[in-house]
Amino acid sequence: MAQQRVIVVGGGLAGLAACIRIAEAGHTIDLFSLVPVKRSHSVCAQGGINACNEVARQQGYSEYEHFDETIYGGDFLADQHPVLEMANWAPKIIDLLDRMGVPFNRSAEGFRDLRLFGGSLFKRTHFSGATTGQQLIYALDEQVRKLEAEGKVTKYESWEFLAPVLTDEPRCVGIVAQDLRTMQTRAFRGDAVVMATGGAGMVFGKSTNSVICTGAALSRCYQAGVAYANPEMTQVHPTAIPGADKLRLMSESARGEGGRIWVPRKQGDTRPATQIPEAERLYFLEEKYPDYGNIVPRDIATREIFDICVNQGMGINGENQVYLDLTHMDPDYLTSKLGGIMEIYEKFVGDDPRHEPMKIFPGVHYSMGGLWTQYVRGNYAPSEPQPAHVSGTTPACDTEVGRGMLLGAPTNMMTNIEGLYAFGEVNFAFHGANRLGANALLSCIFDGLFSGVSVANYLDNGTPSTAPAESISAGVFEQAVAAEDAKLKAIFETATGGEASDETNPYIIGREMGEEMTAAATVVREEARLEQCRGKIAELRDRCTRLKLADGATWTNQALSYARSLGDMLVIAEAMVSGAVLRQESRGAHYRSDYPDRDDERFYKHTYAMFDHGTGNARIEHIPVQADLVAPRARTYGEVTEDDENETTTPETASAGA
Amino acid sequence: MTASTAATANGTTSSAGNAPAQADRTINFRIKRCDGPGKPSRWETFAVPVGRGANVISCLQQIAARPVTTEGTRTTPVVWDANCLEEVCGACTMVINGKVRQSCSALIDTIAPREGDTVSLEPMTKFPIIRDLWVDRARIFDNLKRVKAWVPIDGTYALGPGPRESADSQTTRYILSTCMTCGCCMEACPQFLIAENEHEWETAFIGAQAISQARLFNMHGTGKQLKGDRLDALMGPGGITDCGNAQNCVQVCPKEIPLTESIGVIGRAATVHAIASWFSGR
Repeated sequence: MAQQRVIVVGGGLAGLAACIRIAEAGHTIDLFSLVPVKRSHSVCAQGGINACNEVARQQGYSEYEHFDETIYGGDFLADQHPVLEMANWAPKIIDLLDRMGVPFNRSAEGFRDLRLFGGSLFKRTHFSGATTGQQLIYALDEQVRKLEAEGKVTKYESWEFLAPVLTDEPRCVGIVAQDLRTMQTRAFRGDAVVMATGGAGMVFGKSTNSVICTGAALSRCYQAGVAYANPEMTQVHPTAIPGADKLRLMSESARGEGGRIWVPRKQGDTRPATQIPEAERLYFLEEKYPDYGNIVPRDIATREIFDICVNQGMGINGENQVYLDLTHMDPDYLTSKLGGIMEIYEKFVGDDPRHEPMKIFPGVHYSMGGLWTQYVRGNYAPSEPQPAHVSGTTPACDTEVGRGMLLGAPTNMMTNIEGLYAFGEVNFAFHGANRLGANALLSCIFDGLFSGVSVANYLDNGTPSTAPAESISAGVFEQAVAAEDAKLKAIFETATGGEASDETNPYIIGREMGEEMTAAATVVREEARLEQCRGKIAELRDRCTRLKLADGATWTNQALSYARSLGDMLVIAEAMVSGAVLRQESRGAHYRSDYPDRDDERFYKHTYAMFDHGTGNARIEHIPVQADLVAPRARTYGEVTEDDENETTTPETASAGA
Repeated sequence: MTASTAATANGTTSSAGNAPAQADRTINFRIKRCDGPGKPSRWETFAVPVGRGANVISCLQQIAARPVTTEGTRTTPVVWDANCLEEVCGACTMVINGKVRQSCSALIDTIAPREGDTVSLEPMTKFPIIRDLWVDRARIFDNLKRVKAWVPIDGTYALGPGPRESADSQTTRYILSTCMTCGCCMEACPQFLIAENEHEWETAFIGAQAISQARLFNMHGTGKQLKGDRLDALMGPGGITDCGNAQNCVQVCPKEIPLTESIGVIGRAATVHAIASWFSGR
């Protein structure tokens, strides 16, 4: 039989974990990445990685509670079975990372230290300073380097994914990619292709994301026929430092370790923070959410900060910023637990957060939506969806492998196109309408390790076992390359003529896209403004057809790569906005001022978008959420309101045990 | 909660992208440019309006949008390498005003505080040029293979936790493990020389970064199983004896990794290893 190969696109946590597991199953991998994989965006993750642990367990916590928290945190928009399996695997994943040498912070006795994180009242977050993502990706990078030295993984770094290669069935049999230095395009054959290309923050201009997080790879799959689910679900992180080039994240762990959010009680109080006495500070999260305080989930904290600043005009010095205050804590403790973010604040703002409260404001952070993926259910099937889990009581389900998802089923995390998988942030699978802090690293690594087995089984027993990619006619690949070359040529040829103007300048078009998306489709959304945004996107797409490239080089032409990505970013921007228009409710990160309540009657459903080549826009339907395990309940986090009698008084689950 | 769509999540202190809302002065960027390997270099100067919070990256973004030199000549956008923009990925390293560092954390108010100040940008010199400010640092990653910078695990099956570790040991390992493979220590090292061809890498001086990584993995309970291999690699050509003790590396490391201490630790371990090898006849 011909040699089978797997293609992994993206070398962040999800892609690297996939390489490790698929290579372990005996398969050979070609790994593609825009940057040397060690520089992938996963390095930016700061706070930690969640998993049930022995201390929390003895306090009444469980994997099941982690699952329940994640579903509730995501406002019931996630399919539930994959989340259950992920929560059950989490402790094993921490152990594996520990064996790989991740320097997790340690307790006095030498056990792994733990911290509090949003959406939970138990310490269940493992961490490595405040650069946990960096430390985890380094560990996986080192394992993949070992595989590379053994010839099991071949890296194509500084290569850009341009398109999946599909047969007529359709089945994915490879990719077209471009070397960003030589600008050479070529096809690669692969019996399975794993997309692990992360989020799309750059669509919003400035975000906490890295510059490669354009979503262009996702867009290219979507345009090739892969369904895009819940595109409207974008997380805006409550605490970022605004900057001229990006928004720099200040980890939720700052609040998990005791950081407090406040503004002066008196509007327009111009005194420096340190001179404002305790009684004259408004700790608005703690007042409104006595149980969770500063560690309410991100969507809630973001809306509250936005409300205080934008609606109430209570921001510091009238500006859109609030204090994130750690100055009441021991500076040495802060250095050992949060050194990484202390350093970022010091370097980029110039103040020492150990002594000066930080000034922060929300910023676009994470894509909950992404490529639609399927899975095979595991064997946990309660007779009816369960009510809220009560801490300390026996979990409704144990932690045996295969309770949530069937291990090794070839379709786990496969998109609607055979042979094309999506792992990590690029899929929509785990976080519903809002991601809980420190669940992202977990979901990325879980996808690679758990569904990596599915990829191997698909090669061993699926279509590739009888019709390997090697046997597909060369014409299929030549056609795919020709199609991509034609697109690139069309852009490249614009470099030869015409004077540059803002109208046709790709960088200006990109800036306008980011400003418009941020203004219309982030914290608060409303129909007329979204429609206006849709109009603006149409205008920008039209200008894109006439753009003028400032660089005619045939070698390392970054302007060409950017212009190409820009067109693809606008395609998914349209889907994000259209999804937001049609979801006439508020759920998780998606808050509609004209529909402020969750509407389970109409929208307990996924947005399912298919690219329509006729209109160039999304064709959207709504499909049911796979939710047989936990019944939806009001998501209040124990909010104290002035008209409390009107609030749903669902008993708070986690407050019982902590 | 009442709502408003008036404000934006990122339009707070300045606008998105490449035009600071409140540019309060103009500075000059003198940039060393090169169209590709083997091509001649040239200098181009750009005037860039800057506001509060501007850094080298935001200025390069402005130049990309309007690549016109101070002489009024239209040129091409400058090519450079960047990713995280918060000094954890290591990508955007270059030589700024003669000093190697990351461009994201190079704040204009610090490096060019006055109206009309000039900032010079050059590519790193110890790595082959790709174009303009982008260089090929594949060799640094290759060096990590030379010293087997990994923990040899049995596989991904659930086998329980890793070795217990004291908080002190974790603290030491963590600092070493924050190395982002940026190459500053090599750029500043007089002994580390450019090697255009891959076959030269095996014998050319490996640099402080890989030596420090060898120390990191030698410290780990499982990682130390490969200690002998790592020391053998570092005792060969291009290894620890090539270090000239200039101590530039530790001064330029953006993460303040104790590189010279690592070189000392590995040097002593290599001596012990050599003696043990003589006695065991290996």
